[in-house]
Amino acid sequence: MDTHITRTRNSANPPNPALGKLAAGLLFYTAAALIAIAMFLPFFWSLSTSFKPSDEIFSVPLRWLPSQFTLEHYIDAFTTVSFGLYFKNSLFLAVAGVLANLFFGSLAGYAFAKLTFRGNQPIFRTLLAAMMIPGIVTMIPSFYVLRHFPLLGGNDLFGSGGMGLLNSFWGIILPGAAGTFAVFFMRQFFLTLPSDMMEVGRIEGCGEFRIFWNIYLPLTKPALATLSIFTFQAGWNSFLWPMIVLNDPNKATIQMGLQAFTYNNQTDYGPMMAGALIAILPILILFLLLQKYFVQGIAFSGIKG
Amino acid sequence: MASIGKLNRHQEKMAYVFIAPTLLLFAVFTIIPVVMALYLSFTNYDVLSRMDWVALDNYQRLFNDSLYWTTFKNVIFYSVIFVPLNILLSLGMAMLMNFKRFGIRMFRTLNYMPTLTSAVAAATVWIWLLHPEFGLVNEILGWFGITGPAWLAQTETAMPSIIMVTLWQSIGSNMVIYIAGLQGVPDYLYESAKLDGASAFARFRYITWPQLRPTTFLISTMAIIGALQLFDQAFVLTQGGPGNVTKTPVYLIYQQGFKQLQMGYASAQAFILAIAILIFSLINMRINKAEEPVV
Repeated sequence: MDTHITRTRNSANPPNPALGKLAAGLLFYTAAALIAIAMFLPFFWSLSTSFKPSDEIFSVPLRWLPSQFTLEHYIDAFTTVSFGLYFKNSLFLAVAGVLANLFFGSLAGYAFAKLTFRGNQPIFRTLLAAMMIPGIVTMIPSFYVLRHFPLLGGNDLFGSGGMGLLNSFWGIILPGAAGTFAVFFMRQFFLTLPSDMMEVGRIEGCGEFRIFWNIYLPLTKPALATLSIFTFQAGWNSFLWPMIVLNDPNKATIQMGLQAFTYNNQTDYGPMMAGALIAILPILILFLLLQKYFVQGIAFSGIKG
Repeated sequence: MASIGKLNRHQEKMAYVFIAPTLLLFAVFTIIPVVMALYLSFTNYDVLSRMDWVALDNYQRLFNDSLYWTTFKNVIFYSVIFVPLNILLSLGMAMLMNFKRFGIRMFRTLNYMPTLTSAVAAATVWIWLLHPEFGLVNEILGWFGITGPAWLAQTETAMPSIIMVTLWQSIGSNMVIYIAGLQGVPDYLYESAKLDGASAFARFRYITWPQLRPTTFLISTMAIIGALQLFDQAFVLTQGGPGNVTKTPVYLIYQQGFKQLQMGYASAQAFILAIAILIFSLINMRINKAEEPVV
């Protein structure tokens, strides 16, 4: 069988088209399966490790599956480190980021797409151009701005005296509350909606905000879903900025907690894998539930270029 | 006429109200920081004591700072390998995943899954996979009679390990972007090429690749900007070691600015890095422009 297929594939003109098709199919599935296994193996391996009894983790020859499932590493991860607290902090920050971006992003996106005002084009172009500024440029000055924020966190009017917004969740939420991506993404979606509903609304005597909130916003649900997923993922996975802003261990995020835990326990692989999987789980669940919106979102970010 | 003008003026006012929160945050957290970035690099700001203007001192120090240039060399080595491989692998995977075959959605999902992981979680998992004795990678190499190295602890393999981990984590989303790009290539191009007897390679070279030029440009630009700012994986996988071979500029800026509180100096480092990112993006733009589409 095998030799037959190879022969068919090598000859320039396959004598039997059915065999050629079979060979192509075999080739496709071999390649696709190999790639998929390589991509999935790290998940499988960490999952398997996290459920193994401690002595089986370092077994030679290696065991693919635990002989008995144990939850001790998960219990360890939650008891030796305050993973529950970190999880809650991250969830709060990510959800707050999503809500802020949905509201401000759609509000501004609607204005740029549907309302005529003189500054429309130049302001929108400025926002877009600023998207190209690498994050490293604004990192240190943003820290400065947070620390010297006037009148907050013990600061006086000139921004000195206290810690400003450092070490508070506001220092994470505010800089990302109205992301340019959210504005751009929502604007593109509002552009596809007809403008005559706006006119009808005005004739009926609706205020501009009610036209936006009651007529247009409900029509953007798929876009809002996609945007939520992306903002949530970005917030949940962010690492460097929270590490810079938050010093209080009680305010640490799950990524910070996992990193510290990994750094201190380079030999305790069971709890380490359990911790890593806990940090991946929310996004994974979100993905499996809302796969459609994920794919739409990335395809969109590809089209914008 | 007067009422229309009034309506427009009202609309205009409301539009500004709608974009006000976004603009306010943009001014505070983008415009002010960008202006300040340059200014801070000419000062000795250290959070604690008074900030003084030091003119070009930071830049002078920078040019003699061999560690800074080492981190630069490291991240350029990383980018030069990571960016082309990223494009090659994600395009290859997209072309394979673009076939309409049974089970294709499952394959796509599996290939996309790594992009959902956070850099920290992915690095944590890979620390274990790359374990010299009990790691899965060396176990699999062992099946083929190869004794795998101590990936993260040896100077020759530490950076390649980071390349491997970041590739695993990033090619899935680029694959989806490329699939969207591939589906935008009109079928008649392939059909007429086939009629003219063009080989599969020729069809790729003269139709697929030029047609995907905007997609490739987007992916390569994002990959370059991201690669030159590598931090998370280097921080978690190797802590910049062994012997600084995986220390990156962002890593150094983080240490210098937020651990040693030399923020003025760190700002100068950040500014030079930003210029490097700009130069590499422009080079990339040039390369992409040179590849004019044939059709």
